[in-house]
Amino acid sequence: MSDSVTRAGKPGKKRYNWKHYIPYYVMVLPGLIYLLFNNYMPMFGVIIAFKNLDFSKGIFGSDWCGFKNFRFLFGTKDAWTITRNTVGYNIAFFLVGTVLAITLAICLNEVLSKRASKIYQTVILLPYLMSWVIIGYLAYAFLSGETGLINRTILEPLGLQPVSFYQETRYWPFILVLVNTWKGVGYSMIIYYSSIVGISTDYYEAAKIDGATKWKQIRYITLPLLKPTFITLFILTVGQMFRSDFGLFYQIPRNSGPLYAVTRTLDVYVYQALMLNSDYAMSSAASLYQSAVCFVLIVSANYIVRKYQRESAIF
Amino acid sequence: MKSREAKITQVISNGICVVFTLCALLPFILLFVGSFTDNAWALEHGFTFFPQKFSVEAYRYILDKWQLIGRGFMMTIIVAALGTAISLGISTLFAYGISKSEIPGMKLISFLLIFTMLFNGGLVSTYYCYVNLYHIKDTVWALIVPNFLMNAFNVILIRNYFVTSIPASLEEAARIDGATEYRTFSSIVLPLSKPIMATIGLLTALTYWNDWTNGLYYLSRRNGAKFYTIQNILNNINENLQSILKASTSEIGGGSTADMPSTTIRMAIAVVGILPVVVAYPFFQKYFVKGITLGGVKE
Repeated sequence: MSDSVTRAGKPGKKRYNWKHYIPYYVMVLPGLIYLLFNNYMPMFGVIIAFKNLDFSKGIFGSDWCGFKNFRFLFGTKDAWTITRNTVGYNIAFFLVGTVLAITLAICLNEVLSKRASKIYQTVILLPYLMSWVIIGYLAYAFLSGETGLINRTILEPLGLQPVSFYQETRYWPFILVLVNTWKGVGYSMIIYYSSIVGISTDYYEAAKIDGATKWKQIRYITLPLLKPTFITLFILTVGQMFRSDFGLFYQIPRNSGPLYAVTRTLDVYVYQALMLNSDYAMSSAASLYQSAVCFVLIVSANYIVRKYQRESAIF
Repeated sequence: MKSREAKITQVISNGICVVFTLCALLPFILLFVGSFTDNAWALEHGFTFFPQKFSVEAYRYILDKWQLIGRGFMMTIIVAALGTAISLGISTLFAYGISKSEIPGMKLISFLLIFTMLFNGGLVSTYYCYVNLYHIKDTVWALIVPNFLMNAFNVILIRNYFVTSIPASLEEAARIDGATEYRTFSSIVLPLSKPIMATIGLLTALTYWNDWTNGLYYLSRRNGAKFYTIQNILNNINENLQSILKASTSEIGGGSTADMPSTTIRMAIAVVGILPVVVAYPFFQKYFVKGITLGGVKE
């Protein structure tokens, strides 16, 4: 408010009365209404987690039940499993994805042929554009017991026992990391590649004059200069530590019960509790647990960045 | 010495890139070849890159059942077009408003937007609101409205574009010439924003094209199946191919599912589902790359 007052009082500045502001308020109105309905109503709706939901009374009319739903949730061993899976996979995805993406970005930058480089980029990004349903089909073509490529074309001719991938837990940590990396590596590759392209060639020229090998140039110029990009992506990952890609964990294991111990994450758990069991108590508790921890993570990650590397802060 | 190092660098970097390129491509080739494999042969030998018996029966079957698949296609196109248009509209207007941060209240409104990136109500209360308060279940809006109409991240990208790439002097000049705020926006700002519109529009269209979650949450199999997009059909076929196709056969009248190419038809429908994306992608590639770099490397 004070802003407009000082503005109006300044000599020479064009004087604006509130009438000129109205068009701008009108412009933001549709978006504001959408935010209200799509985001803010559900935010107030999280109180379901503290209620004994009774549909005839609605959210606000239902009786409070304190932390009962949370006590139930954390009384099950599912609570630990889904937390471990969510966080564990995020860490694995980040480590594997970052190493591969930076390697690829550096290689892509070294490729001299413009045409080849364009083709590599285009094709490696292709999986990123596919929906998880489609990727579930692709994975099934490889993993299926009856018709899968791995069982029928690789293991069988070698005289090895077939593997029931959709029944055995031990392969899944690898499969999920592989599939997620396959889909996502093109995306982070492009982010790193664009920061490498932005590095001034002067550094490399100087290094060459000093007789630095290619490896040394990568080690002492490229990698250190990728740090800001790395930190930005790291912060985004930390903020999302408690989120999981529902599509990946729902479509790729084909919702197979025996695999739950290693494939079920918070998002899958919430979905199953809500849609399959209509268990509002458990699902709302798990859902709020996720949102609350996420909030703390994002705010603290951003706080730390603001302190050490302001320009990478998200807000 | 120097040229030897340069050669080795080319071999290694091209080598690694080729390996990853092949890895990215091979599953699609398997899907494609799989859809043209003879169904009985596939059941006997599994999917391979080099089947000994080819057949187009899966595609012939899809053509027979075009009622189902074609409707899914139409729904996908309608939802993607409508969703993208509405989304771009409200996001752009909103972004333009908050780009005028000197206007009282706009900082607060920006904060309301940014806060949605920090905290969200989660699936349960969002679902409750959409189903029990807004009654969106089993309507076409269920595929368009929840979650995707306005993405805070995209709005911020558009706002940044307005702030950095549209000279304030141009807007000032328009105003001096007597243009209203709406006129300035539509005839000065919008035409200058084509690049960011194309990028964000394309990303939004892809989000709608690929989405299967809204259909999963808000369309029931009994009353919402008529709104199924290609992704929803694929998702449901996964669970019970037989019953869906049986239902559609009985509608048409006659025809049994006994001769259905049960295995390869899934592959064929998946191919039909991704074909438009794969065909259009090379033409729009630079916009996707632009969108990714804008999002990853902030400002």
